[in-house]
Amino acid sequence: MIQLTGLTKRYGSFTAVDALDLEVPAGQLFGFLGPNGAGKTTTLRMIAGILRPSGGTVRIGGIDITANPAAAKAKLGYIPDRPFIYEKLSGAEFLRFVAGLYSQDGAAMERRMDELLALFDLAEWKHELVESYSHGMRQKLIIASAFLHRPDVIVVDEPMVGLDPKAARILKDLFREYTRRGHTILMSTHTLEVAEDVCDRIAIIQGGRIRASGTVTELVTSAEASGQRGLEGYFLQLTGERAARELVEVLDA
Amino acid sequence: MPEMASAPSLPSPTLAHVLSPKVRTVRNRSRADDSERSGAWRWTLLALIGAAFWAGVMLVLVRLLRYFKNTPEIGALLAGKLLGLVFLSFFAILLLSNIITALSSFFLARDLDMLVSAPVDWLTLYGAKLLETLVHSSWMVVLMAVPILAAYGYVYEGGAGFVLLALGTTLPYLIIPAAVGAALTLLLVNIFPARRTRDLLSVVAILAVGALVLLFRLLRPEQLARPEGLRSLVDFIALLRTPTSPFLPSDWVQRAIMSALTDRLDVLPLYLLWSTAAAAVVVGAMLHRALYAGGFSKAQESAQQWARTGMLPRLGRAALAPLGILRRELVCKEVRVFFRDTTQWSQLILLAVLVVVYVFNVKFLPLRGQGIGFLLVNVVPFLNLGLSGFVLASIAARFIFPSVSVEGRTLWLLKSSPLPMRELLWSKYWTGTLPLLALALLIVGVTDGLLKVSPFIYAVSVFTIAFLTFAVAGLALGLGAIFPRYESESAAQIPTSFGGLVFMLSSAVLIGAVVLLEARPVYSYLSQEAFGTVADPTDMVVGFALALAVCLAGTFVPLTVAVRRLERLEL
Repeated sequence: MIQLTGLTKRYGSFTAVDALDLEVPAGQLFGFLGPNGAGKTTTLRMIAGILRPSGGTVRIGGIDITANPAAAKAKLGYIPDRPFIYEKLSGAEFLRFVAGLYSQDGAAMERRMDELLALFDLAEWKHELVESYSHGMRQKLIIASAFLHRPDVIVVDEPMVGLDPKAARILKDLFREYTRRGHTILMSTHTLEVAEDVCDRIAIIQGGRIRASGTVTELVTSAEASGQRGLEGYFLQLTGERAARELVEVLDA
Repeated sequence: MPEMASAPSLPSPTLAHVLSPKVRTVRNRSRADDSERSGAWRWTLLALIGAAFWAGVMLVLVRLLRYFKNTPEIGALLAGKLLGLVFLSFFAILLLSNIITALSSFFLARDLDMLVSAPVDWLTLYGAKLLETLVHSSWMVVLMAVPILAAYGYVYEGGAGFVLLALGTTLPYLIIPAAVGAALTLLLVNIFPARRTRDLLSVVAILAVGALVLLFRLLRPEQLARPEGLRSLVDFIALLRTPTSPFLPSDWVQRAIMSALTDRLDVLPLYLLWSTAAAAVVVGAMLHRALYAGGFSKAQESAQQWARTGMLPRLGRAALAPLGILRRELVCKEVRVFFRDTTQWSQLILLAVLVVVYVFNVKFLPLRGQGIGFLLVNVVPFLNLGLSGFVLASIAARFIFPSVSVEGRTLWLLKSSPLPMRELLWSKYWTGTLPLLALALLIVGVTDGLLKVSPFIYAVSVFTIAFLTFAVAGLALGLGAIFPRYESESAAQIPTSFGGLVFMLSSAVLIGAVVLLEARPVYSYLSQEAFGTVADPTDMVVGFALALAVCLAGTFVPLTVAVRRLERLEL
């Protein structure tokens, strides 16, 4: 469903994403794990059509997003990590606007809107302007907006940031149910527990390249083979264990 | 482990340290501009425009002041009066601008959370924020004042000492409105929540400016210049000698400067300026100490605002239904965001004032009476087309030019959706253009009606202004997308950017070109009507066709470039 071939992004002489190859089949929840600055957000923004790749291709449901952006984006829902939305629209108006971007309206859409708002405990705030929403409420509104048009693919950047435990639980369940129904989710996170908890497969990315990929069990097995305990140890080994050791030295100094 | 009796308090960071991020931001931004190829020519162009502006102001003022200087008895008085009036209007602008800026820098700025939670001494915070307010609100007035003061110094041979005197008078003159404005804002925030205060202030400020403009115009100052209005020269001199506003800093500046330039420096106004500035800062600091913590806390509480769900929005959506879902939602969003942003819609008040003043001016044009023929009655409204074009351009700069920039933080949503950028731009174009067109037709229709022009000129005016509106709106939206300011905190700051300047200059060229191209056919027609000469039909067709072509190019070229730019935009 998502196919990345030789995907590259360069900013001047700096290569943020380096010839990335990845294929995520339909019905899978794929996790992108990596430290800050590893290239996760850049990759997701290229998949969402916000950044243009310096090289390689992105295909959503077989459609090249550079060659045919409108058709590819119609299959996509994107949830960014920073919830910037129109401050002067109410929650309901914002959702209606997003539905309009995907050419959807009518009674069925209104019903779906109300269901999603209720799911995220936003129903009683639906007519209040977004400017008075908290960070978490904005994040929930954006998540709701991505599910409105039932996209085949959802690309989500750090979904748990700013969410309360209840909303985080709901979101994990929603993600699992959504993929069980044949949709695809590509999620970036640097929270290992979240990745272990919900993802079918995980790729660990560092320096714009995939360092390891597989199911959680496969990665844990690889970790044990290289003398590390659990996913965390393996992650630190791949992405720079030294930093964690230095931390102890700094605190003790 | 026993608890410590009292933790030693940390020394407060210095004022320079608190201000250092602002200074570094300016420095880093200019370095970034230098490293870009476009940065260099941008600064060069701005410097050239600035130099041309300064030279223009100086040239006019030097001529005027020389004329005053050569007029015995009243020359110096007139020069002083003029300086007093200029500084009085600057003072009004400074006070309003300081009140609005203080609200942002003391209560809403993004760095406040960090500063307020850090062990920064209250006086250091006050000093830093006051200085920030002063610089942000005063730089434009300073840019205007430099050529004016330079012209006074040059004509009255002030010498090097005058530069020191100008600095010594202008500095306290700028400090007073900053301290008073900050104190007023502090009091207002303690009465209303800051987010409401911002709305309130923008409406109050705009109403005040509008009322001032209207009042000034309705007084018909041109009548004062008529000599028959004055009973005797003695009366006139007595009037000139009376200070315009003896208790305002503008008068003190004028008195200090004119006394030094024409006779001997009068130190009393200097004392008044400095002691008032010091008193304002001290009182402001005391108020800040007493009221800031409470006010800042209140400012963090956002006012709950519910969106209306009544008949009007539903009717609006129904009326827009033929546009299709996508366009309807884009237009609805534009309209809602505009009317819910007080800083945006309140500018409509100024717009109304502008239109009233314009129509008022036309109504009192001395175009009737003996010796004023058919030619003049018809030429003036035609030339007025250019003027109404400029009125439209300044409105487009306020409302249409920022339209793409304000999407900045939400562009992720638009770019990741299947929305073609062409749709976005054209929806914005029509949402901005239709009200502008209605206004343009109203202005031209009413003024032409008042002037009783011939049907031919009426038709030319209406068609020209319609196509000029399309072109000016296209330029505004297109250049707004080509020179965006996505990081701007407020839409009101965007028109004063580099791109805004480019837009105003391009509009001036476009309007000038259209008026020039139509001048020949209009002249041919008017000569035929007035003097019976035969108009050449080729002249008529070519002139109007070229004007139309310029308008169409002005509409489509910037929009096409903008669509391409938006499609290639990376966030």
